[in-house]
Amino acid sequence: MTARGEMIMEQPSADTLKVILSGDWKLGGELPGADKVQQRLEGRPGVRNLVFDTRELTSWDSGLLTFLMNVGTLCSRQKILLNRDGLPPGAQRLLELALAVPEKTDARQAEARVSFLSNLGNQTVYLFQSAGEMLTFIGDAVFAVQRLLRGKAQYRRSDLGLIMQAVSAQALPIVSLICFLVGLILAFIGAIQLQLFGAQIYVADLVGIAMVRLMAAIMTGIVMAGRTGGAFAAQLGTMQVNQEIDALKTLGISPMEFLVLPRMLALAIMMPLLCLYANIMGILGGMVVGVGMLNIGFMEYYNETAKAIGLWNLGIGIFSGLVFGVIVALAGCMRGMQCGRSASAVGDAATSAVVTAIVGIILSTAVITILCNFLGI
Amino acid sequence: MTEAEGHITVQDLTMAYGDFVLMRDLTFTINRGDIFIIMGGSGCGKSTMMTILIGLKAPAKGKVLYGDVDFWGSDPPTRDRIIRRAGVMYQSGALWSSMTLAENIALPLELYTDLSPGQIREVVKLKLALVGMAGFEEFYPSEISGGMQKRAGIARAMALDPEVLFFDEPSAGLDPVSARRLDDLILELRESLGTTMVIVTHELASIFAIGSNSVFLDVSKRTMTATGNPNQLLAETRDPNLRLFLTRGEKS
Repeated sequence: MTARGEMIMEQPSADTLKVILSGDWKLGGELPGADKVQQRLEGRPGVRNLVFDTRELTSWDSGLLTFLMNVGTLCSRQKILLNRDGLPPGAQRLLELALAVPEKTDARQAEARVSFLSNLGNQTVYLFQSAGEMLTFIGDAVFAVQRLLRGKAQYRRSDLGLIMQAVSAQALPIVSLICFLVGLILAFIGAIQLQLFGAQIYVADLVGIAMVRLMAAIMTGIVMAGRTGGAFAAQLGTMQVNQEIDALKTLGISPMEFLVLPRMLALAIMMPLLCLYANIMGILGGMVVGVGMLNIGFMEYYNETAKAIGLWNLGIGIFSGLVFGVIVALAGCMRGMQCGRSASAVGDAATSAVVTAIVGIILSTAVITILCNFLGI
Repeated sequence: MTEAEGHITVQDLTMAYGDFVLMRDLTFTINRGDIFIIMGGSGCGKSTMMTILIGLKAPAKGKVLYGDVDFWGSDPPTRDRIIRRAGVMYQSGALWSSMTLAENIALPLELYTDLSPGQIREVVKLKLALVGMAGFEEFYPSEISGGMQKRAGIARAMALDPEVLFFDEPSAGLDPVSARRLDDLILELRESLGTTMVIVTHELASIFAIGSNSVFLDVSKRTMTATGNPNQLLAETRDPNLRLFLTRGEKS
């Protein structure tokens, strides 16, 4: 049986309304609302006092209190004196506690309507500010490298070793899978077209050049942006939330040298190596298609690849890997250091790090490609 | 007076976030050997005050003098040199989570002293023993309780034998017994090392038990309204807001 609260209203005198509450006033039960009191008051404008009689009340909880709060609001609006004496002592105390601090009505900031032009202006200013922050961060990173070269940088070599392991050996499985499949896909697409002209042997050239010059570096860069850039941002963001970065600063230790430098170094050293490894995996992927489907001999495919790729392509690929490594590290560390001091800010920092790194990788690829074209290599 | 004497003077200081002024016209002095309490209700800017004193945030206006050196008017290397003589214990402990307690305490020693690894190990052991955590050298911060993290935070803050120790809400989140032990530890360290302690807190028990001097930041007036010994302030103040704060909201 559900709890049921009853309410009767009487008017002992012209200016007083007596509210008699009985039964179980508990949440989830059938309870009369404050609107009944309002209806009654509307018909009697002379009422100036409201009193309670709760002698027949058997039990109560927040259900009674919410009713009383609503009646309280009603009374203050209609300038009626609410007499709490007839209420259970516990309810009186709780009501007093709830009403002790007046409700802050200006707590929520009004949502100002921003015009299109103001919005555009704000976004432009924000864009310039974040570009400035990015340049400052890159500048600080350059100074940190300079101090490293002068042997004055403060960082732990053990940290560098651990980070190098995390960004290289532990990334091998995912890099293997992605680059093997990219090589395989390139070979498939090339094979369909080249078979039309009986030139399927050139699949080896296609896969070799594409992987070595560009695709291995880009794919490794994107994998590392998601895997390592996000992790860097989350690590540094959490350190920001836990005031660990403040603790470094107050000891006079530069977070740029202590945290960013080893991460940047680790990726700058390991990314070219990862790119070399990714090249091999991509070529293996292409070879599976060439040897398995197009009936090209293993040695024939190998020789064709070796002849096609050339040192320049290899050099460009490895240089791109180095650039992407620095971009991923800088993007991850910058977003981590800019992180706010809440859990959601850490998530935002990780997301932003991945996006920044991928945009950076694509932009730098465009720059490298144009430069190579300009230099004729 | 030189900065080595360890006096900190705040002169006509304004704290602000952008256009929002948090506190203005703050002027007070922290004397050498004081246990100085920065007190006030939630949101009054106590922790912001500390970030200004330890060089993490610049004031909107005014000066912080370490001795007679204008801290915020100095170049960054001078600021680094001054603040290296201070130790900071953060509210959360802020121990570096990827390092053991020994490594946490050893790091500033490795960077700023010429001690040998053996000597550093001994100093680390001593600092941990001072805060009642001997034998916890190889523990990671995540493996010890919140109270222990705070004590280890004090050990790290004391690593370089600072002239001033800053504490941000040292007893926040601790049970009354642990909070009392931490207070005793702070008193003991002040007595034995003579270190100036600057404590940001609103824990009345701590304020009265250990505070020798204080400043009260009144959130409603957006400025400081009193400075002096907390017990004396309680006995003498006529400021209703300060009285309400110091009596835990009891109406007199």
